[in-house]
Amino acid sequence: MLNNVKCLVYGYGNPGRQDDGLGIELALRIENDEHLSKYVDVDYNYQLNIEDALTISEYDLVIFADAALNIDKPYELTKIQPAHTITFTTHELSAESILALCQDLYNKKPESYIMAIRGYEWEMGLPMTSKAKCNLDDAYTFLTKFIENYFARCMAGKGI
Amino acid sequence: MARKITIEPVTRVEGHGKVTIQLDPQNNVLDSRFHIVEFRGFERFVQGRPYWEAPVLVQRLCGICPVSHHLAAAKAMDVIVGVGPDGLTPTAEKMRRLMHYGQMFQSHALHFFHLVSPDLLFGVDADPAIRNVIGVAMKFPDLAVQGVMMRKFGQEIIRVTAGKKIHGTGAIPGGINKNLSVQERDEFLKGADPMNIKKMIEWAQAAVNLFKDYHKKNKDFIDSFAAFPSNHLSLVRKDGALDLYHGVLRAVDADGKKILNDVDYQDYLKYVGEEVRSWSYMKFPYLKSLGKKDGWYRVGPLARLNTADFIPTPLAQKEFEEFKAYTNGKPNNMSMHMHWARLIELLHSAEMIEQLLNDPDLQGDKLVAKGTKVKEGVGLIEAPRGTLFHHYRINDNDQIEMANLIVSTTNNNEPMNRAVNWVAVNQISGKKEITEGMLNAVEVAIRAYDPCLSCATHAIGKMPLEVTLVDAEGNVVDQKRK
Repeated sequence: MLNNVKCLVYGYGNPGRQDDGLGIELALRIENDEHLSKYVDVDYNYQLNIEDALTISEYDLVIFADAALNIDKPYELTKIQPAHTITFTTHELSAESILALCQDLYNKKPESYIMAIRGYEWEMGLPMTSKAKCNLDDAYTFLTKFIENYFARCMAGKGI
Repeated sequence: MARKITIEPVTRVEGHGKVTIQLDPQNNVLDSRFHIVEFRGFERFVQGRPYWEAPVLVQRLCGICPVSHHLAAAKAMDVIVGVGPDGLTPTAEKMRRLMHYGQMFQSHALHFFHLVSPDLLFGVDADPAIRNVIGVAMKFPDLAVQGVMMRKFGQEIIRVTAGKKIHGTGAIPGGINKNLSVQERDEFLKGADPMNIKKMIEWAQAAVNLFKDYHKKNKDFIDSFAAFPSNHLSLVRKDGALDLYHGVLRAVDADGKKILNDVDYQDYLKYVGEEVRSWSYMKFPYLKSLGKKDGWYRVGPLARLNTADFIPTPLAQKEFEEFKAYTNGKPNNMSMHMHWARLIELLHSAEMIEQLLNDPDLQGDKLVAKGTKVKEGVGLIEAPRGTLFHHYRINDNDQIEMANLIVSTTNNNEPMNRAVNWVAVNQISGKKEITEGMLNAVEVAIRAYDPCLSCATHAIGKMPLEVTLVDAEGNVVDQKRK
């Protein structure tokens, strides 16, 4: 927290399956960043679920970080809105659905983004691909600046 | 023109499933199949790894029930390190039980509030746009908040017992690596409302009542939908009590006759076989004594309440008596009663968590037992979705040279196929048009078994659901995506 502004980076995926761990790896880098970790909270899990609506309700800025298959850039930061849609399968929720639950249950709507990082391989037990690691480096550099700028805007009274 | 309907949710890189219903030109059902692309690479992946890594490694298999895999592998490794399934210290066994009942509690709560309650509260035929957990949140916010808090409570139990959210390390061969501090215990026992075990028990009881109320008003649907006779298999405690962590293997037939009489699961290969069918990647387990045709069985909450003689916690036992009385003490073969059974287990899990939290053994400092190593071990556990088998053999270098896993969803392969076929024959066959409601009925039948379709990986950009109609020549005549 900085000047009462709370920021969360939430990584999700399965770090046991190669590039699927990109989101969690990004969150861990933030956690291990001496500077950022002083005012950015980090959480991570295999996947998003309903209780995350409560978690994000306590923040002003939330960055969901996940591996992505279908982007043509190394990473992409997209602002998201609550979405009242749900998929067939059951054991996962989208970040947009979590945001909708947060709004409906807790009357909160943190400014939220998805940081999608391009992954390539998903085999069990193999290390992250070198291309994915490069994308992670770029995403981390970009996100660090993005968060710092966000706090700077808040401190200047222009944010949120 | 003959048609084939395919429902294919492809949400993950691996572990997806699809339903295929083959229709003749009059739309009568010719055949139906439920396919799950099961990931079998794990058994090769662990080969060559040191045995003590298995309880952590196996959590890579599944992001949905990693705790069940963690504990099943740890139980197998208990055997390998010579401690055996009954040789853990009281602190170790009770910490593992607490972890496991925390997992059951959060998983059953999620299933009910997230997956089942939309069908019950809005109706199976309701608009899919509202028939989901967000619809519940908008129309029944108090209920939705309960679901969120129950999930969170169970997740917190897992976090303090497993050590962390991802790739927990709580269970190790022969024991555990931490006990429960008094401060951690008191957060669950005396936490501010609603985050305490008393409130969780109260809400679990309310969830059972919610289902019973729905059942009273919708008896025909709940009792007849996808109902069919089957065998049932689960662990039970040696005295016949429901036990989700450890016990002996029992199976009963559709009339309640014991067909597997409390056997040691170390010998499971004597009793359970796995059939391969050409059209499915997933095997079909069966009881060898009955053969491939008749030996298939159900696992999971319904099976567990059918095999157990009683439940060793008072509130759940009272519900169990009502559940058993409904079928005059005979096994319950109604698929939709799986939800009733699951909620009774939700209540039982909450009561077990309370019992364990009040047990001073959790603060004990004897965490690991030692024994003489052997080469092979089997670990069984009752995972939320049913019996989970882990079997390992190691070599002289302490490396795993063989692993065999039978997961709950595999055990329920044939019953899920039967459930889908029931819907196809009873609700789709002969109809001129395939409606959204009919397709949802297929999903409702599958959902009762809560299969683990979406194991392991998660990445943005995967298609959630595809319905494809294909004619006899293989041409796509219609396609829907949800």
